[in-house]
Amino acid sequence: MDTAHLPQSRTMLDKIWAEHVVVPSADGEELMFVDLNLVHEGGTFMAFDQLRAEGRKVRKPNLTLAVTDHYLPSLNRKAGVAAIPNPAIRNVVEWLAQHTREFGIEHIGPDDARQGITHVIAPELGLTQPGLLITCCDSHTATQGALGTLAMPIGQSNQLRHVLATQTLWQKKPRQMRITIDGAPGPHVTAKDIVLAIIARIGIGGASGHAVEYCGSTIRAMSIEARLTICNMSIEAGARIGMVAPDDTTFEYVNGRPHAPHGQDWDAALKYWRTLPSDAGAPFDRELAIDAAALAPMVSWGTSPQDSSPITERVPDPASIAEPEHRRRVERALEYMQLMPGTPLSDIRVNRVFIGSCTNARIEDLRAAAQVARGRRVTVPSIVVPGSTAVKRQAETEGLDRIFLEAGFEWRDASCSMCGGSNGDIVPRGERSASTTNRNFEGRQGPGAMTHIMSPSMAAAAAITGRLTDVRKLVR
Amino acid sequence: MQPFTTLTAVAAPLEIAKIDTGVIVPGRFMRIRRRPGVTDYADVFLYDLRFDENDRTREEFVLNRPAYKGAGILVTGIDFGCGSSREGAAYAVLDFGVRALVGPGFGDVFVGNCLQNGIVPAVAAVAGDSGFVASVEGGTGHPHDGRPRRADGRCS
Repeated sequence: MDTAHLPQSRTMLDKIWAEHVVVPSADGEELMFVDLNLVHEGGTFMAFDQLRAEGRKVRKPNLTLAVTDHYLPSLNRKAGVAAIPNPAIRNVVEWLAQHTREFGIEHIGPDDARQGITHVIAPELGLTQPGLLITCCDSHTATQGALGTLAMPIGQSNQLRHVLATQTLWQKKPRQMRITIDGAPGPHVTAKDIVLAIIARIGIGGASGHAVEYCGSTIRAMSIEARLTICNMSIEAGARIGMVAPDDTTFEYVNGRPHAPHGQDWDAALKYWRTLPSDAGAPFDRELAIDAAALAPMVSWGTSPQDSSPITERVPDPASIAEPEHRRRVERALEYMQLMPGTPLSDIRVNRVFIGSCTNARIEDLRAAAQVARGRRVTVPSIVVPGSTAVKRQAETEGLDRIFLEAGFEWRDASCSMCGGSNGDIVPRGERSASTTNRNFEGRQGPGAMTHIMSPSMAAAAAITGRLTDVRKLVR
Repeated sequence: MQPFTTLTAVAAPLEIAKIDTGVIVPGRFMRIRRRPGVTDYADVFLYDLRFDENDRTREEFVLNRPAYKGAGILVTGIDFGCGSSREGAAYAVLDFGVRALVGPGFGDVFVGNCLQNGIVPAVAAVAGDSGFVASVEGGTGHPHDGRPRRADGRCS
């Protein structure tokens, strides 16, 4: 490759991007090679319908992997797909199985031991590796950027069809933003709280048009699972791409997983991966600095992830907001959420609790929730849905299932479940949930459902008390 | 896909900020196959804003008012199309008969899906978008020039 024109200091994104450009277009887009394409059942039947109508084949079937996650029941899974009572939901599950057979794509189906939420199992299986370009028809694809991977969401129909038919994707290179997080977070201040604080600061469109690189001492000290949580919610700040530079923590995580390179391949990969972090002095278009030591556990109160505040605060008063558009939006949010301005956040009662999703259903998340649940009893209906079948098995090995069951939680099977309610696990109209998920938009967990998003330990605390709760006061 | 050159249509003001793709098409409708030449996603566009919980038309909602029947342009609040990457959101816009969106900013993934489907998401650089939305109240048709663009078909 001709490197004479490249600037001396490059970001991680610059390096990985350049490795994947096949050809540029006249109008500023570039055709990118896709190393791995992940497909779930949500909406993707439209891409397969298009391929069939056009008489196309999948260009490289071995570089696409399909996973069933969104529409899979979290209960009564042993009864099989045929037992899914809602025919519209059952159809979507069956279509993915049919389409992957028809087009010759490997499919991790409901009964597969590797099954789980796409963004949870890809790192788990070692498919997600530094330096790869991964596409998935899902806005939370950036989750996988936590391993120094260029992971990009694509549309579920036209863009997916393009990737399936050509193994490439036209993309315009985004601008770049660096978010530097330093300081030691206090007790029960987690990756979820840090990313909610970032989104609250810059807004849901704050990083639009940008790829985000998360750096700083707080990120370096984090486990891969915590980094996955941070990168997961990049899209909630408007960024399609969120990444963390690979380091020894990354290499230790990847090493030995089923799809990780081994032997001489591992040595070669490691040598390459160490070249990926951004060079000192590499230019970013925007910078943001966050002091993690100053943060408290966060909860959302409105209808966008940016409507989040420390649990120690109150529901904001729209009357104190000067900008008319912002004021109207907050008024509408409080009306939908049935909240009075000035109410202490810790006075808000909830009807149910959901611990799960690609944001917060990995083993460390379940450990954190179990630590709060241990020896206590839930006071509202509460469910735990592990992010993957492997996470569920690991949790059972550690006895976490017993802790949850004895506390009165339901212990279910891996699925996206009540995050978006695709599988029918919804929050009933007019009910309020405490949820470890990523979105609290109107109707996200079901029509008329009111969602408060927070970390796993905060959600577990809410399950115990029946209201939004500062977990630091419950667990001393 | 129908090429986009010039569009003359009624513009409807959608004065709600941060309408995410899950409001554009609620998740429970993302189970519909889309047949060629059939506007299968028209009915579900902004369903919970257009209809109440008993599926009755909300007469007061802007797109249900007579002045905006058949609107081909939506003037949107900030961050229209944020959230989920569901391409059904772009299909719903298109199937409802809207070919252009004008607003202060859009969700990035949604923009990609619009361009793939021949919808122009035009960013209007205005200070204080609320005044901008108010300026199209009245709903008289006015021309909107979109530059000709090959938004799809790269692999066909």
